[in-house]
Amino acid sequence: MADEVILLDAWNSAFGMRVRVALAEKGIKYEYKEQDLGNKSPLLLKMNPIHKKVPVLIHNGKPICESAIIVQYIDEVWNDKAPLLPSDPYEKAQARFWVDYIDKKMYDVGRRVWSSKGEELEAVKKEIIQHLKLLEGELGDKPYFGGETFGFVDIGLIGFYSWFYTYETLGNFSIEAECPKLIAWAKRCMEKESVSKSLADPHKVYEFIKGIKKMLGLE
Amino acid sequence: MEEVKVYGVWASPYSQKVIWALKLKGVKFDYIEEDLHNKSQKLLQYNPVYKKIPVLVHGEKPVAESVVILDYIEETWPENPLLPKDAYERAVARFWIQFGQEKSPTFHAFFRTAGEQQEKAVKEALEVLKILEEKGLGDKKFFGGNNIGLVDISFGWLAHWLEGMEEVVGIKLMEPSTLPRLHKWIKNFKEVPVIQENLPDPEKLLAYFKVLREKFVRDLPSNDQ
Repeated sequence: MADEVILLDAWNSAFGMRVRVALAEKGIKYEYKEQDLGNKSPLLLKMNPIHKKVPVLIHNGKPICESAIIVQYIDEVWNDKAPLLPSDPYEKAQARFWVDYIDKKMYDVGRRVWSSKGEELEAVKKEIIQHLKLLEGELGDKPYFGGETFGFVDIGLIGFYSWFYTYETLGNFSIEAECPKLIAWAKRCMEKESVSKSLADPHKVYEFIKGIKKMLGLE
Repeated sequence: MEEVKVYGVWASPYSQKVIWALKLKGVKFDYIEEDLHNKSQKLLQYNPVYKKIPVLVHGEKPVAESVVILDYIEETWPENPLLPKDAYERAVARFWIQFGQEKSPTFHAFFRTAGEQQEKAVKEALEVLKILEEKGLGDKKFFGGNNIGLVDISFGWLAHWLEGMEEVVGIKLMEPSTLPRLHKWIKNFKEVPVIQENLPDPEKLLAYFKVLREKFVRDLPSNDQ
C-alpha cells in the first residue's frame, strides 16, 4: 500500500524546515501544502485544532504535530535508511536535550529580535549570542552535532540558519564573528541537498520580516 | 549493573515523575535531596546548562530535563513499558507530554499572581484542563489506556500538587462537576500502588505552598495585590 504523506507548513518556518529536511534525508515522497498563517485553512484547523500551528505531518490521514515529535516519528516509521537519532539511549537523550534547548530558546529570541528596538534589542542580541555560543561549544570540533553523521540536533538547529541574516541585519552584528565554528557547521550542512533544498532564502526571510515590521509600525 | 542516582527536591513534581518511572520499572536507585538555595557541586557539574533538578545519573552519565529523563528511562529499561509500541500512538503521547510542558506557565501564574493577572490565568487554566479532559483523556481510564504511562506520570502533579495550590490560593480549578473525567482519573491514578506510596506528605506540602504563596504575593507590584 502506498503511503500518503502530506506536510502542512509555512515557507519561512524554522520548525517546518526540520520536517522538510527529515523527509528529504529519508527520501520520502510527500505533498507540500503551503499555509497562510494569517488566514488559517480548514485543513490546518482540523489537523491541529489545539495549537493551530505548522508544521503538521499527515500520514495516511492521521496528523502528527510538533516538529521534534514529527522528526522522531519519521525516524521510527521509515527506519530502513538514514537514521536521524542515535541508537544508544544515552546519546539519544543528549540529542533530545539539545533539541529541547533549541525549542525553548531560539524561537522566543528570534521573535523578539524583530519586535524590539534600542536597549531591548541589545539585550535580545546578547541572548542570541549566548545561546549560539553554548550550542557551538556543544558542537566542539565535530563535523556535526551527532558526530560524523548529520542527525537530530543538526536538523533541530539548521532551519534557524535561514533566519541568521535577519537577526544580524536587525541587530547589527555578525554571527560568524561571534560563532565561526557554528557558521562553518551550517555551511557544511548546506552542502547536503536535503538541507539546501529545504531551507528558505535568508534574503527573502529578511524582506518578509521588513514587511511585517512596516505593517505593524515597528520600523 | 551501573549505579543510578536521582537528584531531586521532595516538593517537586518534576523529580517525583522520575521516581515514579524508575519504581514502576523496578529500577534500584539512590535519591539525593538537593537544597535549591545551596546547590551541590555535583548538581552544577551534572546540569551546567540549567542547574536544575531533576537530574538522573546512570553510571557517571547525567541526563537532565524531566521529559528527556523519562524517555531515557523508557528506553534503557523497557520492561513494564510506559509508552505505546505503535509509532503513531507514541507521537500522540509525546504531544500530550509537550502540551503539559507548554502550559505550565499558566499554572505558575495561577499560583504566583493575583488580581487581573490571576483571573486571566484561571480562565486559561480552565481551558487547558477542559482540552486535557476531552481530547487527551477522553473515555480512557488513564491517558495510557488501561494502565498508567508517561503521559499520566507527566500530569501526576494535577493529582496531588494542584489540590494544595488551590487551597492556598483559595480558587478551585478541578471541580468534579465541570471536569468529571479528570476527577475520576485523579482517583484512579492515586490508587496505583507505586504512586500511592510515593507522594509527598500533603500537610508538609500545604505548609510549603503557604510559605511560597506569601512570598509571591509580597513580591507582586502593589497594583496587582
